[in-house]
Amino acid sequence: MKVELPDPRRKLRQLAFPLVAPTTPLGVEPRPKERRTGADYDTEWARSFRARWTRTVLLESVLRPTAAAIARPRRRGIDRLADLQGAGEPVIFCANHHSHVDTPIVLTSLPEPWRYQVFVGAAADYFFRNRATGAAASLLLNAIPIERATVTRRSADLAANLIDDGWSMLIFPEGGRSPDGWGQDFRGGAAYLARRTGAPVVPIHLSGTDRILPKGAKRLRPGPTTVTFGDPIRAEEGEDTRRLATRIEAAVAALADEHTSDWYAARVRAHTGDTPGLGGPDGPSWRRAWALGERSPSRRRRAAWPPR
Amino acid sequence: MPRPGLVLDVDSSTPPIVFHHGEDFVLEKLPAGRSRVIYPPEPHEGLEDTDAAIRHALEHPLGDSQPLSTLLFSGMKLTICFDDISLPLPPMRKPDVRQRIIEAVLDTAAAAGVDDVEIIAALALHRRMTEDELRHAVGDRVYDAFAPSGRLYNHDAEDPDGMLEIGTTDKGELVEINKRAATSDLIVYVNINLVSMDGGWKSTATGLSGYRSLRHHHNVHTMQHSKSFMDRHASELHHSNWRMGKVLRDGGVKVFQVETTLNNDTFGTSALDTASPLSMLQKREWEWTAKDRATFMAVQAGLKRMPARAKRAAFQSWKAPYAVTSVQAGEVEAVHERTLEQNFAQHLVPVEGQTDVLTMGLPYICPYNVNSVMNPILVMCLGLGYFFNMYRGKPPVREGGVLIMRHPTPWEFHPVHHPSYIDFFEQVLSQTTDPVEVEKYEQAFAEDEWYRHLYRTSYAYHGVHPFYMWYWGSHALQHLGKVVIVGGDPKAVRRLGFAPASTMADALEIASDVVGPAPTITHVHNPPLLMADVT
Repeated sequence: MKVELPDPRRKLRQLAFPLVAPTTPLGVEPRPKERRTGADYDTEWARSFRARWTRTVLLESVLRPTAAAIARPRRRGIDRLADLQGAGEPVIFCANHHSHVDTPIVLTSLPEPWRYQVFVGAAADYFFRNRATGAAASLLLNAIPIERATVTRRSADLAANLIDDGWSMLIFPEGGRSPDGWGQDFRGGAAYLARRTGAPVVPIHLSGTDRILPKGAKRLRPGPTTVTFGDPIRAEEGEDTRRLATRIEAAVAALADEHTSDWYAARVRAHTGDTPGLGGPDGPSWRRAWALGERSPSRRRRAAWPPR
Repeated sequence: MPRPGLVLDVDSSTPPIVFHHGEDFVLEKLPAGRSRVIYPPEPHEGLEDTDAAIRHALEHPLGDSQPLSTLLFSGMKLTICFDDISLPLPPMRKPDVRQRIIEAVLDTAAAAGVDDVEIIAALALHRRMTEDELRHAVGDRVYDAFAPSGRLYNHDAEDPDGMLEIGTTDKGELVEINKRAATSDLIVYVNINLVSMDGGWKSTATGLSGYRSLRHHHNVHTMQHSKSFMDRHASELHHSNWRMGKVLRDGGVKVFQVETTLNNDTFGTSALDTASPLSMLQKREWEWTAKDRATFMAVQAGLKRMPARAKRAAFQSWKAPYAVTSVQAGEVEAVHERTLEQNFAQHLVPVEGQTDVLTMGLPYICPYNVNSVMNPILVMCLGLGYFFNMYRGKPPVREGGVLIMRHPTPWEFHPVHHPSYIDFFEQVLSQTTDPVEVEKYEQAFAEDEWYRHLYRTSYAYHGVHPFYMWYWGSHALQHLGKVVIVGGDPKAVRRLGFAPASTMADALEIASDVVGPAPTITHVHNPPLLMADVT
């Protein structure tokens, strides 16, 4: 004799309101669903005392040793921030972007007083695509969602308000990771915020992270990295966003040049307008990949002998 | 608003006064009713935007100089020289002001398309700076851009092909300086004027010279007629350097001088400066808070338990939070007069009359033992040379008076940095401590091939350097009736020709044999630095 077992799905379907959600009557316009992901994700909880404390612990006990083990970051140019450190004002840090490891490396490289008082502008469509990733990015990185395609009022207002409240910002003005190791054009978000809030922009050049975890890679390849901080840039009187964004990009390009040659040679090229751009040479992809390999840091040390 | 200096008459309610004692601190109760303590002015405010001030100074020079940007042109030969490891003391926190200036000068040179640039540590007969020390002074960016290609290096006064004779002064003094600098279209000299002795023509005429030039003013006669060498207008040492400067100028050597002054914030005064465990030393003792007293006791207890090497390493690692108070550039003499105004404003304290005894606590560092050992000869030089000469007008102690210093004065030398000091201590001071007699041994040490080799290729001070240290104290030796060192190694103190004492009370007892019972006492409070303006 065949015994029919009860089907739980059928039983569930048989449940009625109020045990299940009500259905909308026909002829009634349903209310639009409130979006709670993407740019609409509310990150305020991530700046509460408990979240900040948790983040500090995670930064020091997880991110820092991990970044040190994977990337061995060498920090240069922090002395350029000495006056800003004394003033203690909020700063917009703008870095080139190669890899997901960029953010932890920069966060663990920031000096006081910004180290624990910084938020990160993160792609709304990627890091905040669902509530789980949004919560992780908010807690771990103090990220806020930024629309990549457009500068929305919500993103800009939130970032500007946080800067006005004394928070510093880390933003990658290229809008996404480099697809091939060369840089992309800088977008205007950071420049817009710098003009709006009056906060100085500190350009940062990251080198080596493209070899650790380039876009599309599935596996980490540990290697050395260098984080170079540049001289602070302030919006000049009457300077528009586009021009300021160009200056920020040029400053990061000059830091890249400084990293691959030497400081004085980079300054000479900066004054003559010959600084190589971040975008690399034009041409087919193999030529760009070839040129990428020719860039190598030349931190030349003086020969030990003969002494001078 | 920083308060000016103060002369405190010690009474029964005056708390014990803190004395430096090498890598230690001691509290001493000075006799009430006959002692006074000179307290330095509080640290002046630093410049709000140092980089902007540097750029302004370079483009708005003093004297008859043109702005730096108009002096630089493509195809020229530019040499940038800077003060060596002996300044400032202790070394300042990063970024060092020399780095800021050199970067600003190089940025201007880059804009002008200058390719032929060399950077020289103007160390005269001091030891060569190590890579780490050079990096600290000029910064990693400048070091990495110039040192690997041999365009940033230490001056070598014994290089037979590296020196150039410029001429002779009207008093017959030979002027010889670094050849690369002398043959450049422009020398930019980057200076730090921690005290009023530094800077002016002394930067180039001494920093870039060698023994053949230096012997004309680094001698007993000059030092005994420099009263004091901290007051340029009353200093024969400076008169000689100025005469040499005139020869350089007339000889076509073009110098663009950049001078800076620092405040006297040696141990940090800011309430926000959490990295300053010794900030109480910058305060007047009666203003110490409970936290200051607790910190002081904790530091003292810690120091008591630390081995000597660890103590030395801890103190030598201290970087002072000095703030830059002024930057001026242009023609050497006009620049230096402005610099001296700033120095005196920070350091001078008006003092009336002289006393029978002068007391001082000597710290762990002097210009010649940065990252090194403070040997007995340097103790003598710091006390009788530098600190005794921190006056304008007349010394705060009367002629025939007694100097009482506190320092452990260990019989210890750094064998790499101070090899000729060891021989000087053993061979010369065992024979005589009279500077005039000592001078007779000078040439043998100055021309010794082994010392010359160590100076050029190792990190040794020149063979003649210990003699200069001794001459530095010759004015004080001539002026004083006796010198007592409290808490020093008795054997080493006696070798220096001084009297050892185990306590300050014993030292005052010894002093009363020379100046009579119940002597009057002046104590120069240190840290930080001050200069007594005695009338």
